[in-house]
Amino acid sequence: MTELQRFQYDVVVIGAGGAGLRAAIEARMAGKKTAIISKSLFGKAHTVMAEGGAAAAMGNVNSNDNWQVHFRDTMRGGKFLNHFRMAELHAKEAPERIWELETYGALFDRTADGKISQRNFGGHEYPRLAHVGDRTGLELIRTLQQKIVSLQQEDFAATGDYEANLRVFHETTITELLLTDGKIAGAFGYVRESGEFLLFETPAVVLATGGIGKSYKVTSNSWEYTGDGHALALRAGATLVNMEFLQFHPTGMVWPPSVKGILVTESVRGDGGILKNSEGKRFMFDYVPDVFREKYAETPEEADRWYKDADNNRRPPELLPRDEVARAINSEVKAGRGTKAGGVYLDIASRLPAEEIRKRLPSMYHQFKELADVDITAEPMEVGPTCHYVMGGVEVDPDSTQSRVPGLFAAGEVSGGMHGSNRLGGNSLSDLLVFGKRAGEHAAAYADSNGPSTVAQSDVDAAIAGALAPFTNDGENPYALQHELQLVMNDLVGIIRTEAELAEAITRLAAIRERVSRVQATGGRRYNPGWHLALDLRNMLVVSECTAMAALERKESRGGHTREDHPEMAAEWRKVNLICGLDGEKVTLNPQPLPPLPPELLNLFEKSELKKYMTAQELEGHGG
Amino acid sequence: MASKRQFRVWRGDENGGDLQDFAVEVNEGEVVLDIVHRLQATETPDLAVRWNCKAGKCGSCSMEINGMPKLACMTRMSSFAEDETITITPLRTFPVMRDLVTDVSFNYEKARETPSFAPPAGVAPGDYRMQQVDVERSQEFRKCIECFLCQNTCHVVRDHEENKEAFSGPRFFIRAAELDMHPLDAKTDRKEYAQAEQGLGFCNITKCCTEVCPEHIKITDNAIIPMKERVVDRRYDPIVWLGSKIFRRTS
Amino acid sequence: MTNTATQPPRPRAAIAAKTLRTDRWWLAPLLTVLGLGAWVTYATVRVFLQNNYWVEKYHYLTPFYSPCVSKGCDPHAAHFGQFLPDSPLIPYAALSLPFLLLFRLTCYYYRKAYYRSFWMSPPACAVPDGHKTYGGETRFPLIFQNAHRYAFYAAVVISLINTWDAFLAHEKADGAFGFGLGNVVLWVNVIMLWAYTASCHSCRHIVGGRLKHFSKHPVRYKLWGWVSVLNGKHMQLAWITLATLAITDFYVMAVAAGWINDLRFVG
Ligand SMILES: Cc1cc2nc3c(=O)[nH]c(=O)nc-3n(C[C@H](O)[C@H](O)[C@H](O)COP(=O)(O)OP(=O)(O)OC[C@H]3O[C@@H](n4cnc5c(N)ncnc54)[C@H](O)[C@@H]3O)c2cc1C
Ligand code: SF4
Ligand code: SF4
Ligand code: FES
Ligand code: FES
Repeated sequence: MTELQRFQYDVVVIGAGGAGLRAAIEARMAGKKTAIISKSLFGKAHTVMAEGGAAAAMGNVNSNDNWQVHFRDTMRGGKFLNHFRMAELHAKEAPERIWELETYGALFDRTADGKISQRNFGGHEYPRLAHVGDRTGLELIRTLQQKIVSLQQEDFAATGDYEANLRVFHETTITELLLTDGKIAGAFGYVRESGEFLLFETPAVVLATGGIGKSYKVTSNSWEYTGDGHALALRAGATLVNMEFLQFHPTGMVWPPSVKGILVTESVRGDGGILKNSEGKRFMFDYVPDVFREKYAETPEEADRWYKDADNNRRPPELLPRDEVARAINSEVKAGRGTKAGGVYLDIASRLPAEEIRKRLPSMYHQFKELADVDITAEPMEVGPTCHYVMGGVEVDPDSTQSRVPGLFAAGEVSGGMHGSNRLGGNSLSDLLVFGKRAGEHAAAYADSNGPSTVAQSDVDAAIAGALAPFTNDGENPYALQHELQLVMNDLVGIIRTEAELAEAITRLAAIRERVSRVQATGGRRYNPGWHLALDLRNMLVVSECTAMAALERKESRGGHTREDHPEMAAEWRKVNLICGLDGEKVTLNPQPLPPLPPELLNLFEKSELKKYMTAQELEGHGG
Repeated sequence: MASKRQFRVWRGDENGGDLQDFAVEVNEGEVVLDIVHRLQATETPDLAVRWNCKAGKCGSCSMEINGMPKLACMTRMSSFAEDETITITPLRTFPVMRDLVTDVSFNYEKARETPSFAPPAGVAPGDYRMQQVDVERSQEFRKCIECFLCQNTCHVVRDHEENKEAFSGPRFFIRAAELDMHPLDAKTDRKEYAQAEQGLGFCNITKCCTEVCPEHIKITDNAIIPMKERVVDRRYDPIVWLGSKIFRRTS
Repeated sequence: MTNTATQPPRPRAAIAAKTLRTDRWWLAPLLTVLGLGAWVTYATVRVFLQNNYWVEKYHYLTPFYSPCVSKGCDPHAAHFGQFLPDSPLIPYAALSLPFLLLFRLTCYYYRKAYYRSFWMSPPACAVPDGHKTYGGETRFPLIFQNAHRYAFYAAVVISLINTWDAFLAHEKADGAFGFGLGNVVLWVNVIMLWAYTASCHSCRHIVGGRLKHFSKHPVRYKLWGWVSVLNGKHMQLAWITLATLAITDFYVMAVAAGWINDLRFVG
């Protein structure tokens, strides 16, 4: 029998990114014995990569900003497919969550009067992103990490044990959630270093595992993003929403090939960078869609004036929401006006003095200098779209973040609904904080009235057998199979989609499914990346199937889902969420009506604007 | 543009190991981590390596390349000669787990021993006011990605295991400096703490930490030496003492 | 996170080679040994020669003999009195030299340089240091490195004296104004000495580094900014001043000994 370590916790948080850490802090402060589990080392979760900033309507730079404006921007960005309540809570609570970070020791860039400075970003009407140069994610995660350490120090002072109430299990991967009587009862996983198995018995699990981008070949995401949380939720009986919506960030590096996909922060454009095609034309003026026409400049002169005087000029079209910019770049390249490496030019060198660029965009400067040998203060960058963020995720109750499974909570990128069909830049970091806190709070409250939990031995045995299966399989090498999966998703379920390609993708994924179940790991259990990947693969697969099926089903183009064969946005489809579930081994897809906006929120918009998105019948509730 | 190049990779665990030779294909623009990945995908699927972002942002992929502590994802193959054999080994200062992965818990323990930020009493969230010039010094230190290359390179612990107990290392000197320079931190004895508990005195300012820091943080010039000077202030400086008597200024 | 502090240390990777560095890491320490060694030899010889330190005609005094306070000094060169006994074992500038030595010995840059090169602690990064145990600057005698602040104050005083010497060198023996190549050499040396002294880490700390709120002290913040720029060049200045000191001394010696004639611009 394989040995197994058992732990009892009140709350187990899976994921040590922004959402997970914030949830854990909240649960611990509510007096709950809390565990944090993370695949990578503590402090290295994907959140460190976030660059641009965290959106919160603090109004420090432009005092016209407030939660209503932020709410409106978020809904517009998501093309009104967002769960209104999540967008509302997010806009209202984000400032408090940011201010709180300062009490943990965060040091954001400042305004002249000593407040937190805020920067412009695509889709945000006012400068709204709290930031630290272009390393905001690092600041966020380090701050939360250090807050956790400070809570551990308090526990140490009180009990002599740093880990009495809050313990981090890093380099540990959860492979199964275990249920008893239809409720969460535990989580099972392995320690990367030793290959040993762990069982956490707990009534409440918070999923904060981030995204799924590693299913794509060209992505800004790291190896962690294999959709584990999405898959764990599915297997536990929860549902996913909006899985067809993936955000392709318009500006990823395209050269050299080995770094293709690595992100070039949107701050480059927020700080004045412009996009040009190989003919030297600033092409974004040709791509402003009707719904945004009134808000964006029509000439370069007006666009340039906006940086100085935002109140009297309209925004440059480079700052359109990401889906629009990504599609525009895609079209330019397809039309033969791209660079040799298949991108377009992003030029900041001719827009700001070299010193200023190095000061505002230090990591970008280094990234290009060191990886591509390009000096961005002297030459333009070459950029193209890269898979960046999944809007879809676990379907949760907005206030409590609880999924359909009692005791299973989800926050951060792994949850769905908040961003609708497209996320605005900067709205993720604030999302992590707002809903991370809520998840921690409600998980703690749930643990009060449930638990302690016990898990059936047979379930544990099954989990162990599943985890060890790759060692006894006789199938292929996981790396090759992963590569194949990435190609299918990249080529057939990419930025522009068609019915035929999606159907083909589904067939090919079915074939891959067959092979995934037989994939083989060689070597031993100790720190064996081949084995780890073999286990991750089935998660990537089931999530990819959800995405492909939902993309085939949704016959319109909206946000992060573009159908060449259905290029229009359809008001009827706006009322529908596609819900992905699991029935045994089989992925299921069901339409579900979107909750309608209550009048007080509806009235925050002009009727003329809503008409572009909604049916006449829906607008009956509108006051004006 | 692809060509085969020679590599020597350390494989093994706490029971021993050795440098193994490989000839691996190298393409234009690749970094050392790409080569390690190619090895995983071909000859050695179980080759252990720690990495995450592959963009120099997370500080996971620290290892020693031709004997120099570096991030594998930021070390370009073009920085070596075509015919050069490239040796890849795990960090030396920390216990080895397997192959290129080491146990860096030393650093997490030291982090836990370093006193945290002390929020100012009576300032509500949202009321924090700080000037940019006052946060800039600390911001430099907050660029740290915790790659622990500095910790690994510092001879105080690299060459003297026995000092690990008493010495926190450069990463935590910059943490102490960061908080001491934080405009609103309420704790006043960070310098004394650095001297007495973190082992600041062990550092002989030979600057290897600064040399290897991938974030180009001026660890020695901007953190360690200023902290040493702050200790001197408190203890020995006659003019500072006189000045504080005359002007009665708080800094 | 497991707690390893209580258990015996787990083994590190067993890598046979002491260092796998393939570059010429030994070059920098070697050059340092050669450079410092040569300079110290020259300076020692010169300090005990007790001649050719003063050009009476043009009032040039080498910095190695300033201030000249021994009873053995040429009275014209002694601007600050003569009170030290005349002995071949006591340098004429025995008042300043120990402090100058202390200033440089405790200088943060020189410490790096000689710890690496002479003491091999460590000779280069990721190259093992040559010692069984290591206590750094925690104990006697190296804990006295912290006295650098005092040495800095002394160095400021000595730099003032050198500046005064450079001024006096414009008055020739006959009382008239003079200006020759020797004056240029003296001034370059003095300016470099000031740059080196001002770029000192202690100086950077005193002028502003010790403040918590720059925004409340705008003038000191400016000063700190300037000193920080110089401080970034501290290593270069350390070597440049070694060179200017030796060159100045050699020039004065050469003129005093009559090996060369001073090139005169005025007088
Ligand atoms: C390059 C880049 C730049 C970005 N810039 C911005 C920006 O400027 N502004 C913004 O708002 N957003 C930005 N984003 C998006 C944002 O960073 C992410 O959406 C966000 O950080 C996700 O955080 P999270 O807490 O949900 O998860 P993550 O930070 O991704 O953390 C996931 C955690 O879950 C753990 N985990 C996963 N699976 C398992 C498992 N099976 N068992 C145990 N642990 C597991 C991982 O180890 C990790 O600790 C950016 C994203 C990228 C890639
Ligand atoms: S300068 Fe000090 S802390 Fe940095 S490597 Fe050298 S001895 Fe270690
Ligand atoms: S200070 Fe630099 S070298 Fe040290 S851990 Fe931080 S980033 Fe790495
Ligand atoms: S993988 Fe993140 S720093 Fe190299
Ligand atoms: S003189 Fe070098 S640091 Fe003071």
